[in-house]
Amino acid sequence: MHEFSFFPIVFYLLAAVAVLSAAGVAFSNNIVHSAFALMGTLLGAAGLFVLLAADFVAVIQVLIYVGGILVLMLFAVMLTHRVADVRVSNRALGRWPTLLVIAVVGAFMGRAVAITNWHQVDLAVATPTTYGIGDGLLTTYVLPFELASVVLLAALIGAVVLSRKELRDPDE
Amino acid sequence: MTIGLTHFLVVSLLVFLMGLFCVLTRRNAIGILMGVELILNSANINYLAFARYSAGGYDGQVFALFVIMLAAAEAAIGLAIVLGIYQTFHTIDVEATETLRG
Repeated sequence: MHEFSFFPIVFYLLAAVAVLSAAGVAFSNNIVHSAFALMGTLLGAAGLFVLLAADFVAVIQVLIYVGGILVLMLFAVMLTHRVADVRVSNRALGRWPTLLVIAVVGAFMGRAVAITNWHQVDLAVATPTTYGIGDGLLTTYVLPFELASVVLLAALIGAVVLSRKELRDPDE
Repeated sequence: MTIGLTHFLVVSLLVFLMGLFCVLTRRNAIGILMGVELILNSANINYLAFARYSAGGYDGQVFALFVIMLAAAEAAIGLAIVLGIYQTFHTIDVEATETLRG
């Protein structure tokens, strides 16, 4: 069924990295530790993407998430970081009520995962996906693809406008 | 026991719950954004798992790419807003920035 026999070992390893790092993001009191734990989650997820035969998405995950978004977040952490309040990540809702909410949501979703009889297909042999994705982006998904460029342009301009400092200085 | 769709769904569920916990408990705006990233990642794991085990084809992977694109836009705008809030209020505690509260 799978191409190699140690698939389960690799899966459990990557799943442990992803889930434990996610726990680190959620439970750490230090925002810098959270940011670095987020890197573990993103890399573990990228490994899982490879196991799911999605090579292109895995590379994009590493390039954009780890190389872009995470670095952006670290910049923001450092820029808004004061030595006096390293532990700004206090609890707003309280740990125990939130854990109750998490438990209820998790129980419902876990039960849905467990009892649903998912439609399954035979596993295809893993092949490079770049051709198929490019073909899809320029045929079936050409409208969302073009909209994506508009969204990114709007985000670019919006970020520039938002982060300019001297907006209301001149006439005051 | 072979690894199947359910295993990936459970991993995705756990990552989602951690992200939900992060969003609900943080007062630091950047921490909340990290929780949102965790939730988006769990959605991506789901997309790719269903694309591999349940649907076949490339549709799920294309959608995962769109999710990553939107996450990048969201992170850029969100962090620009956070920096703007920091310049105005000198804190990024989301409970301290309540000037607009009626």
